[in-house]
Amino acid sequence: MPSDQDDKSLLGGDLSVINVGLDKFASELAEHNVSVVHLDWKPPAGGGAELATLLSKMGT
Amino acid sequence: MEVTLNIVFQGFYKDSVALMRLSRDLAALDGVNEAGLMMGSPSNKQILKDAGLLADEGAAAEGGDLILAIRANDSAAAQKAAETIEPQIKSQTRSADGDTEWRPQTIRAAAKANPGANLALISVPGEFAAAEARKAISRGLNVMMFSDNVSIEDEISLKIQAREEGVLMMGPDCGTAILDGVPLAFANQVKRGDIGIVGASGTGIQEVTSLISNNGRGVSHAIGVGGRDLKDEIGGVSTLMGIDRLDADTATKHIILISKPPGEKVLPRIMDRIAQSAKPFTVCFIGATDLELPTNATAARTLKDAAQAALGGGEFEQSESVGTSLPESRKGIRGLYSGGTLAAESQLILLDAGLPVASNAAVPGAVGLSENNEAHQIIDLGDDQYTQGRPHPMIDPEIRHEPLADAMADSTIGVILIDIVIGYGAHPDPAGQLVTMLDDLRGENGPAIIASVTGTELDPQVRSSQIKALEAADIHVAESNADAALAALRLLGVNS
Repeated sequence: MPSDQDDKSLLGGDLSVINVGLDKFASELAEHNVSVVHLDWKPPAGGGAELATLLSKMGT
Repeated sequence: MEVTLNIVFQGFYKDSVALMRLSRDLAALDGVNEAGLMMGSPSNKQILKDAGLLADEGAAAEGGDLILAIRANDSAAAQKAAETIEPQIKSQTRSADGDTEWRPQTIRAAAKANPGANLALISVPGEFAAAEARKAISRGLNVMMFSDNVSIEDEISLKIQAREEGVLMMGPDCGTAILDGVPLAFANQVKRGDIGIVGASGTGIQEVTSLISNNGRGVSHAIGVGGRDLKDEIGGVSTLMGIDRLDADTATKHIILISKPPGEKVLPRIMDRIAQSAKPFTVCFIGATDLELPTNATAARTLKDAAQAALGGGEFEQSESVGTSLPESRKGIRGLYSGGTLAAESQLILLDAGLPVASNAAVPGAVGLSENNEAHQIIDLGDDQYTQGRPHPMIDPEIRHEPLADAMADSTIGVILIDIVIGYGAHPDPAGQLVTMLDDLRGENGPAIIASVTGTELDPQVRSSQIKALEAADIHVAESNADAALAALRLLGVNS
């Protein structure tokens, strides 16, 4: 496991991915033995992109 | 009487690959004339409207709603088709490891469950992508954003936020990256080595990394930054951070930059950053002229030049000349490309040989498609005008069918140039698909077809197998995309 937040450089450590969207990308990473968590993503805030943006800016 | 039926699934997401597959199944059902399954963003609703598939229910949908749209012979057929496909739409999406165990629904929950995570790979619809990226960055995650249709204002704010947090923001519209040998999204399985790349072009990175790997060297990392990063509005934030990363990376000995020419204000900042490095750079700003580079950098005109320079100079293995001759009347070249930067590279090669070039994605020196009917046409089939509501030609090469049929039927065309791009994310057998397409289109004494295969032996499609299938169908395969364009010139008797 990488040493989390202090390794923001990304390179030269173990890649560990949160996949948000295409299922295929998660499967392909798993094939490469990369640790991957595939989100069960749904459009936030009942479907409105503007509210989703607002919520993300509030850190939700 | 023909009817249009829309059913809206509120707050329902299914990824675009799954939707594409289900749309096809739906369109093949009895009595269905046209069908679509799309998230309800304004651009998708427009596509459905243009296709005569949008009813009032669909028109009222929001971006996070899924629209099932059917045009059928009668309402009974439409209803039956909807009932047939609905269970498949609602079926549980398979998780990455094949089971249906609990999966987190938010980046916050995922980061808590996996505190070692260091990258968020985001490919949700563009209007939601920035919100997800913002959450990822604020949790100290690097981001690779595959999604496009993200506003330039969002891109600027995300990149500034990422710089403040000290994380990389790759994208939006970042199709390709290779980190520590792991291909992400549309990328190739290349050999590991000491050449690092920062690129604003997905297929540009794919071509250069594949050429490096196929010619005896390897790649440390390839960092994609998204096509707009070097525009003045964005300021090259991610390119500069990518250079910082590769400069500090002990595994990287040589750095290649690939992009369209940068904005006027950005260019000096990039040059200053290169000059601060002790490492050698190769700079391939496709279409740029008269670049003044620091002493540790050399300019490359084409992707092939960039790969060669990083490999230490010298020619790659030369392709044999195309063993055919053309009648005098067939003087035209038509390029049908899935890769935008591959199309740009071919335009440069034709322009450098003194030929007039027209393109829907014209490089400096070329003109728009409608501006010169006499010019050789190089078409980027990945351009928005071809992909609205359809998958990219690298995923579904079927887009090539119509322009290929046009070119085959044109008695003035001597050579058709085609790029076959393989690797992760791409179609499982693009060569086979092309060969099948040509079976229906080929007649006697048609144009010569010259292709190249971007990819490696380690890719799922296996480069040599793709080449073999093309050659068996009498398609000449060049060693690189640039070599394919050069082979076309030789066949037409033009000095390059």
